[in-house]
This record gives sequence, C-alpha cells and structure tokens, in this order.
Amino acid sequence: MYETIRYEVRDNIAWVYLNRPDKLNAFIAQMNHEIKEAIKSATFDNQVRCIVLTGEGRAFCSGQDLSEVNEDMDHGQVLRDHYGPMIKQIRQCEKPIVAAVNGVAAGAGFSLALACDFRLVSERASFLNAFIHVGLIPDSGNLHYLTQLVGQAKAMELAVLGEKVSASDAVAMGLANKLISTDAWEEEVLSFAKRLAALPTKAIGLIKRSLKAVSEQSFDAYLELEAQGQRIAGQTEDHREGLNAFMEKRTPVYSGK
Amino acid sequence: MINFEFIETSLTENIGVIELNRPRQLNSLNRKMISEIVVAMEDFDRNDHVRVIVLTGKGRAFSAGADIDEMTEDDPIRLELLNQFADWDRLALIKKPIIGAVKGFVFGGGFELALCCDVLISASGTEFSFPEVGLGVMPGAGGTQRLTKLVGRAKALEWLWTGERIPAQLALEQGVINKIVAPELLMEEAMKFAERLAKQPPLSVRLIKDSVNKAVDSSLHEGMQYERKNFYLLFATEDQKEGMKAFKEKRKPDYRGR
Repeated sequence: MYETIRYEVRDNIAWVYLNRPDKLNAFIAQMNHEIKEAIKSATFDNQVRCIVLTGEGRAFCSGQDLSEVNEDMDHGQVLRDHYGPMIKQIRQCEKPIVAAVNGVAAGAGFSLALACDFRLVSERASFLNAFIHVGLIPDSGNLHYLTQLVGQAKAMELAVLGEKVSASDAVAMGLANKLISTDAWEEEVLSFAKRLAALPTKAIGLIKRSLKAVSEQSFDAYLELEAQGQRIAGQTEDHREGLNAFMEKRTPVYSGK
Repeated sequence: MINFEFIETSLTENIGVIELNRPRQLNSLNRKMISEIVVAMEDFDRNDHVRVIVLTGKGRAFSAGADIDEMTEDDPIRLELLNQFADWDRLALIKKPIIGAVKGFVFGGGFELALCCDVLISASGTEFSFPEVGLGVMPGAGGTQRLTKLVGRAKALEWLWTGERIPAQLALEQGVINKIVAPELLMEEAMKFAERLAKQPPLSVRLIKDSVNKAVDSSLHEGMQYERKNFYLLFATEDQKEGMKAFKEKRKPDYRGR
C-alpha cells in the first residue's frame, strides 16, 4: 500500500523507512502523505511503543524533490496541503519518535528530523538548511524546532549561511542526541529504540505534552497542565509497577499502560 | 428514571448527568434524541436533588452534528408542521446550570447543542465547526444567533461561511469555551467544576443565570431593572440569611436551596 516508504512493526517498534533511495529520499507529495499515514497508524496501534524514522540508501532525506518544483507552484499552498499535515501528525503523536539520521538530512529532510523527539546520527549523517541556496526560507516547522534546540543565534547562522553541519558538530551543539559509528549503526539504533519501547509509554506521552506546553502556554497554564499530566500518570499501571518494583527491589517491567 | 433510546442519564449526589449515546454514529443527533435530551433536562430541572446538570457524549466525539439521513427528503411545509426546533427552545428555559463536557468533534447541531450549555469544558484536541454551508443549508437550531452573541459578527460570519474547523485553543480565546483539559480527565474535571457549583447557594446560582441571560437579550436599562428585582428576591431566601450569618460567625455556610 505504501510506495514511497516502507512501514513495519516489530517488537513494539514501528519502523518508517523513507524509500526513494535513488532520489536520496527526496519528498514528493505522496511521500508527505504516506509518512503522515504511517505516523497515524503507529499512533493508534496499541502494540507500538516507539517509532523510528530512517532513510533507505545513503541519505536520510534530501528535502523537496526539486524536479517537482515549477514556476507556477504556490509554495505556501504546498506547505499547507502536504508538509504541514505531516509535521502536525508527528507533533500530535504521543509516542516517542526517533529520527535515525543515516545520511544527509537537507532542507525539509532536516525539518523532518527536527520534528522528531530524538536524533541519532551516524558518522555519515549531516544536516543542511539548504533553503537559502535556492532563495527560500526554512519550512515545515524548521525554525520553530531549531531555535528551541540550538538557540536563536545558531539557528540564524544555520538558516542564513546554509552551511553543512557534520554529525559530530550536531551532537556538540545539541542538535543531535548521539553519534553512532557506521559499524554499530543498526545495532545501536535498534537497542535505543528497544530501550524507549520498554519505558512507561504513557508517561513519555505526558512528558511530550508538557514540553509542548512550555512553548505554547503561560506559566500558570503550564502548571495546571503539569498537574493534570501527573494525575493521569499517577493512575497508570506503569506507575504502580514502578512503585512495586522499588519496594520489592527488582527491575520494573512496564506494559506501557 | 426514564428509559431512553439515544441517551443515558444518571444521578450522582446532586449532579444529573446526560450522555449522548450513539457513539458509533459519533452521537449524530436525530429528532428523537433531541426530544430525549429535553425530557431528561426538564426532569433534572424539576428534581430537588439535582443542583447541576452535566451534558456529555459517549465515545470519541461529543457530536458530529445532525443526522443528515433524516432530513434529505424534507420540504419546507413538512418542516413547518414538524416544528422540531420547539424542542430546542425548551432547552433555553432550563433554570439550573448546564455544564457541557465536550471532546473530539463538536459539529453542526452538536455545536448548537454545546452552545445551549452555560459552561463548556473541552478536552484538548477538540474541534468545533458549523459545516452546514457545505451542504447547501445553514444552522437552524440557534447556531447563527448564539455564536454571534458569543464571538461577534466578524468571527461568526467567517466560521459560518467557511465551515472551517475551530481548534479548542481558538475557541477558548474567542470565549466560546471556558476551559481546556486533558482528554483523559474531561469527565473528572467537568464533575469537579459541577461539584463546586453544586456547593453554591442554588437560588443565587439560578437567579444569576436568569439575569445573565437577560443581559444577552435586552437593553442595559431593562437588564439593570431585572437584575435589581432578582437581587431583592434573594433576600427572601433562607440561604441569604445563612450565608450572611456564616460570614459573621466565620464559618462555612450550609446552603439548602430555599
């Protein structure tokens, strides 16, 4: 059913592979739509407790397929119709989402990685805000997320100069969480995803909700949202399991409920 | 308690709860359902044990709107003779506070029903909309009137003409709803609010609703005279004596609703 991506669920992990390797996984409208649908499926699949987005071949995602861009195109409408809904679907999802950045993440491919909760980078990975090189501005939520991750000054630099950020620099500036060697790539991505999938999933979702509220709400409203979040977390099976395991001096086994 | 087909009612302590109960149809409203809601409301309104009414929907949506199948074949004469909106008019006569707990979709007739509530508590992620324009009609159960009185002409026209979906946050900013809460806690938070209201002196609560409704629908002068009469009237209640006595004695008042 998917043509531009591959979607697989194994061991409570949903894998979304961008699958246009000969185009460096560049976006076409169909791929925007399929990523959105895949994230939606993973969101509503009770088996899924972690989502991993990665690229087939040597790139993570090279951004918009420029062969699809023409003079008559309404760029704003493309964002409203295709990129916006995809990014919103990711933002709405309350399960942990990992971008396993296996190669270059350029333009909207960079934005896609930014919209995820964690960025693991291989030695081959790089980030590039390429928009300026074709006279455009970073889109798909790019600067919203980038500013939060690296601050206004660095975000300005990356957006305006459009220089490539290496994997190690990305980790150093707080853009990525972890640098993984090429040899250990698949194994470490899998173990990171498994680790996330074994944590109290509901609590992770509520943490995501709180973090979103930081940029969207006043402090008083944030505190109220936090109180509601803790009320919900306090009623989960995983909270009880955590308490019991602590009392019984054993490792907790979380069900995600 | 009366047996209903499309709604479910329950009474806990002094709060009457009405739940729309067609979850598989996203609580789409048919005529029987509206008349059941009215009957249940009036029943609670007359029940001495009930101080507050909570209206909500079972399943993931409050209500996705009117049952379209029911009206595709309608003609003006049939509609005039049916006089279905008379039921809706009765909702406006309920004297006790109605708290709407809404989530998911609040569309069309569902939005109009929500606007019949006095206080709206909404789950985050809820969307409101008047999509009637897209079907070649328009709201007929107060949508154009109540919405305009709430948000003003400019926003009302924009929303009614486009049929666009209004996210909860915007509905809050525009004064359509009172509060946004986590979806998991919608009923808990609505009941908490209801319990808080249920502790207030019922006759004060009742006449405040009566006076505020007057403000929506009359001149300032007329409203001021009306308010005054209600204010005087409360001095005939036991609760007024109790409230002021408790204040002097620095203790919590015990209101009886008399």
